[in-house]
Amino acid sequence: MRRAFFLVPLAAFIALAVWVAVPLIRGEDPQELPSALIDRPAPAFDLPALPGHAAGASSADLGGQVTLVNFFASWCVPCLAEHPLLTRLAREDGIRVVGINYKDESADALAWLAQHGDPYLAIGADRDGRVAIDWGVYGVPETFVVDAGGRIRLRHPGPLTPDLVDDTLLPLLRELAR
Amino acid sequence: MRWVAILAVLFLPWAPALAVEPAEMLDDPVLEARARDISQELRCLVCQNQSIDDSNAPLAADLRVLVRERLAAGDSDDQVMAFVTSRYGDFVRLRPPVQDNTYILWFGPAVVLLAGVAILVFTTSRRRRRPEPDPLTPEERQRVEALLAGRDEGSG
Repeated sequence: MRRAFFLVPLAAFIALAVWVAVPLIRGEDPQELPSALIDRPAPAFDLPALPGHAAGASSADLGGQVTLVNFFASWCVPCLAEHPLLTRLAREDGIRVVGINYKDESADALAWLAQHGDPYLAIGADRDGRVAIDWGVYGVPETFVVDAGGRIRLRHPGPLTPDLVDDTLLPLLRELAR
Repeated sequence: MRWVAILAVLFLPWAPALAVEPAEMLDDPVLEARARDISQELRCLVCQNQSIDDSNAPLAADLRVLVRERLAAGDSDDQVMAFVTSRYGDFVRLRPPVQDNTYILWFGPAVVLLAGVAILVFTTSRRRRRPEPDPLTPEERQRVEALLAGRDEGSG
């Protein structure tokens, strides 16, 4: 019994190692930050249109229906990587996607959209990045799910992946649309 | 005088290397000093281990400008902090607040230290409680004294 006492530090160490190892093995990114805005109303915004577009994007585009809000830029390589997924969500799954063009040159953004396709129902140009700061964005791309009541329900920093879309995003969107 | 020069050279490189651009600075030195203090408390979310005062990331620059705008608009230091935290969460603060999900962070080391001291005290006091060995018998004492006397002669 007394000998078992000396196993306490070993047991404590193993417990600590397991606690630390589990998220690591699951592949969680320790640098991914939780959003401060989950379940809070989406920050209000009213952004101008890209040249040649009829309208920009504003909070009014979010009301009433479940919407994805996607921060993107033509200079952002991961944005290009997730673009086919966004396009699929918009065209095949009928998801409303509002784009916020982050710190971009208008001409570059228009050329990028012409080349890769435009899945957005509205695009607002956030030239100085202030709307992104209101949303707690720390890098593009970042994607938010806003429910019909205008609350942020999910935030994903970094590019969308097929796994994330199929396992998390679409189930959540279906549940919210019900 | 030479020492002063040597010390000056030694400590000169320790002056912080600044990321703050002259164009960002406020004209009012008091406000600018407050902005610097706040900026040193705010984490750059791109580099994550630098303050926005140290970081050259564009987002850090944007946040520095934002902090200065809020101060110029008359916000208190706490209001500026709250403004940034409401957008980026507590993680943006380099000095985390003391609250229920940070107790481990703040008090964990002290608890581990106290536990170590407690274990140390417990084990040493138990060791001390071991029975004293039997005193020497007169014969043993004589032998010891003889041995000690012999060694004194040998070394002396």
